[in-house]
Amino acid sequence: METRSRIDILSLFLYFAIAIIGIASVYSATYEDGSMNLLDGRSGKQIMWFGASLFVGIIIFFLNANFFEVFSWYFYVPLMLLLVVVLFIGADINGARSWIKIGSFSIQPSEFAKYGAAFAVSSVLSSIDFSFNKRYDVIKLFAVIAFPAILIVIQGDTGSALVFASFILVFYREGLTPLLLVLGIVAIFIFVLTLVIGFSYFAITALVLFLVFTAFTYTNKKMLIPSLSILAVVVLFSLSVQFLFNNVLQKHQQKRIQVTLNLIEDNQGAGYNVNQSKIAIGSGGFAGKGFLNGSHTKGNFIPEQTTDFIFCTIGEEGGWLLSTLTITLFMLFILRLLYLASRAKKKFKRIFILSLASIFFFHLLVNVGMTIGLMPVIGIPLPLISYGGSSILAFGIFIFTALKMDASRDEDLTSES
Amino acid sequence: MNRHRSLYISIAVVVIGSIYILRLFQIQVLDDSYKNTAERISLRKQTIYPQRGLIFDRENKLVVFNEPVYDLMVSVPIRLGGIDTNSFCGVLDIDRPEFDTRLAKAKKSSYRGKAVFMKNVSNRLYARMQERLYEFKGLFFEIRRDRNYKYNSSAHVLGYLGEVSKNELGTQEDDYYEQGDYVGKKGIERYYEDELRGVKGEKYFYVDIHGVNKGSYKEGKLDIEAIDGHNLGLSIDIDLQQYGESLLNNKMGSVVAIEPKTGEVLALISSPFYNPANFNIQNRGSYYNRAIQDPTKPIFNRAVSAPYPPGSTFKPIMALIGLEDGAITPATHFGCPGYFRLGRRTIKCHPHPFSTSLERSIASSCNTYYCNTFKNMMQSDKYANTEEAYISWRSYLESFGLGNKLGVDISSEFRGWLKEPSFYDQMHGKGRWSYANIISLSFGQGELGLTPIQIANLAACIANRGYYYTPHVVRQIENVDAIPEEFRTKHFTKVSAKNFDAVIAGMLAVTQNGTGAGVAIKGINIGGKTGTVQNPHGKNHSAYMAFAPVEDPKIAIAVVVEEAGYGATWAAPIAHLMIEHYLQADSVTESSKMYLETRLKEANLIPLKYRSQRDTSLYGN
Repeated sequence: METRSRIDILSLFLYFAIAIIGIASVYSATYEDGSMNLLDGRSGKQIMWFGASLFVGIIIFFLNANFFEVFSWYFYVPLMLLLVVVLFIGADINGARSWIKIGSFSIQPSEFAKYGAAFAVSSVLSSIDFSFNKRYDVIKLFAVIAFPAILIVIQGDTGSALVFASFILVFYREGLTPLLLVLGIVAIFIFVLTLVIGFSYFAITALVLFLVFTAFTYTNKKMLIPSLSILAVVVLFSLSVQFLFNNVLQKHQQKRIQVTLNLIEDNQGAGYNVNQSKIAIGSGGFAGKGFLNGSHTKGNFIPEQTTDFIFCTIGEEGGWLLSTLTITLFMLFILRLLYLASRAKKKFKRIFILSLASIFFFHLLVNVGMTIGLMPVIGIPLPLISYGGSSILAFGIFIFTALKMDASRDEDLTSES
Repeated sequence: MNRHRSLYISIAVVVIGSIYILRLFQIQVLDDSYKNTAERISLRKQTIYPQRGLIFDRENKLVVFNEPVYDLMVSVPIRLGGIDTNSFCGVLDIDRPEFDTRLAKAKKSSYRGKAVFMKNVSNRLYARMQERLYEFKGLFFEIRRDRNYKYNSSAHVLGYLGEVSKNELGTQEDDYYEQGDYVGKKGIERYYEDELRGVKGEKYFYVDIHGVNKGSYKEGKLDIEAIDGHNLGLSIDIDLQQYGESLLNNKMGSVVAIEPKTGEVLALISSPFYNPANFNIQNRGSYYNRAIQDPTKPIFNRAVSAPYPPGSTFKPIMALIGLEDGAITPATHFGCPGYFRLGRRTIKCHPHPFSTSLERSIASSCNTYYCNTFKNMMQSDKYANTEEAYISWRSYLESFGLGNKLGVDISSEFRGWLKEPSFYDQMHGKGRWSYANIISLSFGQGELGLTPIQIANLAACIANRGYYYTPHVVRQIENVDAIPEEFRTKHFTKVSAKNFDAVIAGMLAVTQNGTGAGVAIKGINIGGKTGTVQNPHGKNHSAYMAFAPVEDPKIAIAVVVEEAGYGATWAAPIAHLMIEHYLQADSVTESSKMYLETRLKEANLIPLKYRSQRDTSLYGN
């Protein structure tokens, strides 16, 4: 049978389009009048990392696509070991011990851990006898993502750990009951409500609702026990939210959440980044101030300008037009990946590509959301745009692996579902 | 079922993406407040201070110029964190506690905007700091212009600058000044403030979080160039001024010289004086308090602010009024037995021949003559009573510029003392006073106070035979066609020109064979009048009034030396030397003149009671 092995041109085009916006943004964010060359400084390094990604990408395309499936645990285990190693030899940067210094480079294993976790998840989910009804299988599935997430929390990088939650979307697509997603959304709702109105009011409101509900359904005795237990769970959850928020989260984390919920205004402290970020993006207007002309960007008013808050540069200098273009490119890329996943004939490949799409989606949701004040400040990069070698390289390898899997789909004879 | 879930995920992606795009539309396109906030944070306006107008003397010699003063500023006090405090303190030569105090003060004065870190940084420190400023982000120099002076001279004419006061800020009409700006406080710096100050410029630029300039705003389209102030040309002859200052050294008093035909002030000296450079912005702090504690009052501008009884220098005016009013004629003689009898008391005169003509009464300064003249006028049938006669007498004097401010272009002018009749009503009762009560006015004593510039103006009136121009020290304003109208208007006295001949003859006689003959100048006809002013607080004041040459007057002068004695001993020779210096500056070669000059320059006439408390450093440097 004839096999075709062609890379998906549209994905590749979107990859480069986003990459170019990224390089230009990093260049502009670090630009100083007169003296800067594109190949100097951070933009130069950014280009170098893209070069490295392409180099690895070419190697990947020379590999047999089945190699990844067969050796999936050989990706997961070493990358997890790196997460352990970093705890011992990692360099402390901004309070997080998540970097390994090798010569003049620093590698952030947590960026690569997502790639490794995608292999493990794909492997577990695609095994022939996997079922969401088997408790052991589900525990194993959650364990492979919880393990890196916990290690990364220990490193002190909660943001990167949260990324592993994006796998739940993959699980959902592969048959996990939506109840978990619904419960997750309800949990977030209770969480927010508890912080906004406080536990006492929340508990009273819940009790009143329960009484009203019971009053209408008092004839139906069967409803009483379930609704009573729901009340108990909800109230207990709210109470634990209150407790966890006050006693487990650190002060700065509490404040970030409070600022996002508009509970406190703190434009000098915790809300400073977001406020400055909104000012930069908002001042861009419809068409932006022009390339290299962002006064707020130039003025270093926003911390983490080239990394977590790179979207400010896009918003300020490119205005609404470039912001929309960038988000649209991301959406198209994610939708295209979802399409590539759906046309994969092998379950392993489908899940792997799906994982990439979910992680990409999560990064977009959180990163752009925080720069425009719709999400709390969670320090994760905007893929392919934010400055950072580990992130660029890890996503590059991830993407090229996914594209290789797609390119070789015709080699797969059977279609699994 | 799972395929639908793929679709749901795709929908979620599109929904979230769309929400973000809409949100961006809201904050970027619909909401303007972010643009304004961004500009407020990162756009700065810098004021460009213009050069204050320069000041030149009569001969176009540069007298006052500008010198930069550097204030070390901190752009955003709360963001001054990124500097190496130790090396910064090292360069500035301050210790850590001082650094902390200064920063705290800056934060207090302005949290987000710029604030002063150190004022008036010395040139040496500025140079050293400038080299290393790049290390200290958020610090910059604001350059302002202080005054400096080519000559250690003319302090009272020039005045000085100071920081604009709260009151001045509150009452200004054009919003020109901002806190910390310099404004003329005294002298012509104050009077010609509007001409000298120029127009401020503005420069807009972006700053970064530390306040460092990141490039101009809209390529500088909104920037405004500063326009320098107008230069002023003084009527003061700096050479004559300095010569007069050398003669008045170590004396308390004043000299004012006027060009009669124009009202231009040639020299205006108040002594003790101070070095104007000691009173510029940078130095005044350390000199001001010492100056006010000095009992000889060196800041006080005696020339325009100190009222002295004119004493006998008043007699020519009395003669003119008597002639005009008909109390005497040029031929009137009064016998003088050495006193003027007034009921039971007598007014003393000094030795001179018994019968006195008008001319001789001036030349020998006869008190009796003027008591009689005054008595005639006060008792004249023209007037219903003494009060009416007094009002008439007073209005003559007002026409000579007495009793009111002349309106000179130097700040803090005093109008002098010339009482209203109501003053005597209060003192003696309405209608219950006569010439006898006010007789001492006739020889320039009593309730009469003239500033030296008023006395000099009297001399100018006589020299001009009946008119004067308001004395002024500025004769040219750059780019302005003419000096103010009030300095180009002739003021006529109430005495007609013909009545001046006899008086001028008398004044000429003063220097030829009268009280001032001892210090006459060869080759110059000077009309003068000595005065020895009774001073209840100490020795008599020595006074003199003159103009020269009599045939074509080019200079009118008044000299007062406090607590010095006879007018002929000190004031007259000072006036004569100045006249000579001005009219033929190089003729003082005669040994007797040299001797006179040296004697005057070296005499210390500061009363003994003040000498130990004087602060001579004010004049130094």
